[in-house]
Amino acid sequence: MAPTALQEKLNGLVNSMFAEGLLDEQFQQLQMLQDGSNPGFVAEVVTLFCEDSERILAELTKLMDQAVVDYSKVDAYVHQLKGSSSSVGAQNVKLACIQFRQFCEDNNKEGCMRALNVVKHEYYHLRSKFETMLHLENRIQAYETKQQS
Amino acid sequence: MREPSKALEPLSVVSEWSEWEDHKSNQSDLLNYSNLVLVQFRTGQTTQFGYLGGAFDVESLVENLLRQLAGNQDIMVNVYDVTNISEPLIMYGPQNPDGFMPLSHVSMLDFGDPFRKHQMVCRYSQKPPIPLSAITTPSGVFVICMLAGYILYAAWTRYDNVREDCRKMEELKVQAEAADVAKSQFLATVSHEIRTPMNGVLGMLDMLLDTDLNLTQKDYAQTAQICGKALIALINEVLDRAKIEAGKLEIEAVPFELRSILDDVLSLFSSKSREKGIELAVFVSHKVPEIVTGDPGRFRQIITNLVGNSVKFTEHGHIFVQVHLIENSNKVMDAKVDTDLNGCLSDMMVPSDGTFNTLSGLEAADRRNSWENFKLLLSDEMPQSDKCKSGMPCSKDSSNVTLMVSVEDTGIGIPLQAQDRVFTPFMQADSSTSRNYGGTGIGLSISKCLVELMGGQINFISRPNVGSTFTFTAVFQRCKKIAGGDPKRTLSESLPTKGMKALLVDARPVRSAVTRYHLQRLGITVEVASTIKMTLNALSEQNGCLRSGKHPYILLIEKDSWTPGMDVYLHDQLLEWKQCGQIPEVPKVILLVTSESDKAKVGSFVDTVIMKPLRASTVAACLQHALGMGKQGRKEMPNGPAFLHSLLAGKNILVVDDNKVNLRVAAGALKKYGAKVECAESGKDALSLLQLPHKFDACFMDVQMPEMDGFEATRQIRLMESKANEQNKCGEADEGSERAEWHLPILAMTADVIQATYEECMKCGMDDYVSKPFEEQQLYQAVARFLLSKPNSDL
Repeated sequence: MAPTALQEKLNGLVNSMFAEGLLDEQFQQLQMLQDGSNPGFVAEVVTLFCEDSERILAELTKLMDQAVVDYSKVDAYVHQLKGSSSSVGAQNVKLACIQFRQFCEDNNKEGCMRALNVVKHEYYHLRSKFETMLHLENRIQAYETKQQS
Repeated sequence: MREPSKALEPLSVVSEWSEWEDHKSNQSDLLNYSNLVLVQFRTGQTTQFGYLGGAFDVESLVENLLRQLAGNQDIMVNVYDVTNISEPLIMYGPQNPDGFMPLSHVSMLDFGDPFRKHQMVCRYSQKPPIPLSAITTPSGVFVICMLAGYILYAAWTRYDNVREDCRKMEELKVQAEAADVAKSQFLATVSHEIRTPMNGVLGMLDMLLDTDLNLTQKDYAQTAQICGKALIALINEVLDRAKIEAGKLEIEAVPFELRSILDDVLSLFSSKSREKGIELAVFVSHKVPEIVTGDPGRFRQIITNLVGNSVKFTEHGHIFVQVHLIENSNKVMDAKVDTDLNGCLSDMMVPSDGTFNTLSGLEAADRRNSWENFKLLLSDEMPQSDKCKSGMPCSKDSSNVTLMVSVEDTGIGIPLQAQDRVFTPFMQADSSTSRNYGGTGIGLSISKCLVELMGGQINFISRPNVGSTFTFTAVFQRCKKIAGGDPKRTLSESLPTKGMKALLVDARPVRSAVTRYHLQRLGITVEVASTIKMTLNALSEQNGCLRSGKHPYILLIEKDSWTPGMDVYLHDQLLEWKQCGQIPEVPKVILLVTSESDKAKVGSFVDTVIMKPLRASTVAACLQHALGMGKQGRKEMPNGPAFLHSLLAGKNILVVDDNKVNLRVAAGALKKYGAKVECAESGKDALSLLQLPHKFDACFMDVQMPEMDGFEATRQIRLMESKANEQNKCGEADEGSERAEWHLPILAMTADVIQATYEECMKCGMDDYVSKPFEEQQLYQAVARFLLSKPNSDL
């Protein structure tokens, strides 16, 4: 596919993510930070975010599976996830985390379970979109480097 | 001559004594009379001349003589022989002397007999009556003398009294003056004393407002600040008054720009006038030079006072400030005379559509400021305006320039009986004024003194319920243009709006003239039309000009000329024209509104809205924004990213966060501004990196981290620093490379910005905090505070 078409597809994807509320202005800030001196910035951050989130989600699942839930630890992890998602601009994930923390404070196990599921759901949804995005970006990048060489 | 008694019949008179002597013979003593009138008698028998032998009655003779001599009173005479003094012999006269003895006259007689002495005693036979005239006359004279004396005495006493009073008055006057001066001095001293702690209070309030406050606290602090500032303003006024009275107020002479002073005053009152819905406008004539020499602070004070009064006392309508050169005002006077000559009727005529030719359509107090005269002034300026813009008008050769400033408002006016007291200090129109409108009544008296110190006069015309117009003149010196050029030089040169053309739609000529003045300052040429239809006609007719001109056209429309469906109509019309090629592009439509509420009613096809009162700088900013020229100006704004860039460029910053994502993002953001970023993922790593000496300029520390959180890490760092500082102090202090004190600015990065976190941050030694993720403005503020004040020792 021609790079312009690719670019348009990428833009369309990102815009739809904004429209759905998956991403917020923070992501725009990230996009602005990416420039000639820092070409892979967004990709780097997104990848980091995905790795980190998966790690946290795994830990959370483990904690919630226990008979007696250690809410303070759960809270700590959720806090981390919330922090990183807000840094990236993953709005839906962030909101889900906030809700999760609320249930944690109330020591509501069922609520926490549900919230965890919501967070996971949001995260995976976002991740798939991110993957498409990164894929498109790589193709554009490859095309450009091919052009230059 | 009286007739003698009948017993005798005088025959003739023998006049000479000598004749008698000749006829004398041995006679007994006879009375010796000096001029004796001898009467010759006829006896019954014979008439003979000469001596008749008989003894004639001397007594009767004497009596007759005496009678003749005496006048009104009978006189009695006794002649005594006083040879023997103790035994006077009566020679002549009654035996028993009677008569009014107390008043008797004794005279000696000499008959020629050496052996005998005689005396004659004359007296009145009766007690003389009290002579009335002899009493009344002297008493009259006496009374008159007494009166005269009394008058003189009274006059003298009065003179003395008056002099005494005068002296007392002098004393009292001196005392009163001294008391007055003492009062002023007291007032000044006390005010000065009050001012110092007041400034302290205000300073603290400023600092308080700089800290983080919640909404109520901020509100309270701001209210306190407003009150404090009002108090300081009052104290300053009183001090001014005291200074003026002591004659110590001095007028400076520095060059300043008139129009910027007026802009300042405008901005001071713009929000207040907008709130009230009053139209505030300023017009400075072209003939007024750009820069004059005088006292800008005092000039501003006078105008602020007058405009402040107008704003206070006006509820609707307009406040119009005009500045003209004084030679024009003579023409205004003549114009006024003309209208007066035409008869008062012309003044009294109400225009047919019910509005007056003033700024807002409401009647203004001073007829002189009517549109006709304003037009005269403007038309007078037109042909010369091109000359004036470049430099000094060539006609004036004196160095003094007299300006006339008038402030016209449509407020409640001043009641007629209060009009003479307007300039007296502490006098307000009536007692309720202070309660209703605030103020102390001191402003106008200070303004008057200042105006007089500037060599001018202040005057006013006021009609109750119509409005007031205050006018004053002031003398300034011309200022030669500064060689280096004024840094605040005319805005038109620095702005990209120079050379633009604009169409202004405004039904009121005065207001449009004001708007045009402001726009011309920006270098925009303006054409005026009264209605939108006329504008559209003008646009469609001027195709030729538009096509040739490169600059975009702007349409400025006054709110009053804007009807509800207008925006759609206008937009459609303009689009149509663009499509059929009549105009190269759709001009920007800008609406001029007076108050906040009007702003909301605007339709969607208006590109931008400019709020009145118009100031050159706000107009410029709005135009730039509307025309998309904003980017050029950005660099000048201190809060822009460029500034942040300059702050952070090349600085070493440490970012500590356990979350890789956050770390990456924060580092990326800081790198964008040119900082050199190092990352640490835990408190421990941070501590090891921050071992002294280190090269970091600042540190962003995440608060919530496992193992060692941000607070703990900061505490440790501060501990390290204090140890090192103590060592420095004790050790050699003259090594040049050592810093005076180690203190790394540590900023907390936290997601929850609550009070408790803030206190915690401060307690452990952090300097500030920013929110996660970074917000540009906050980041700038936080960073600026520390990096601007730090010495660049290691760059």
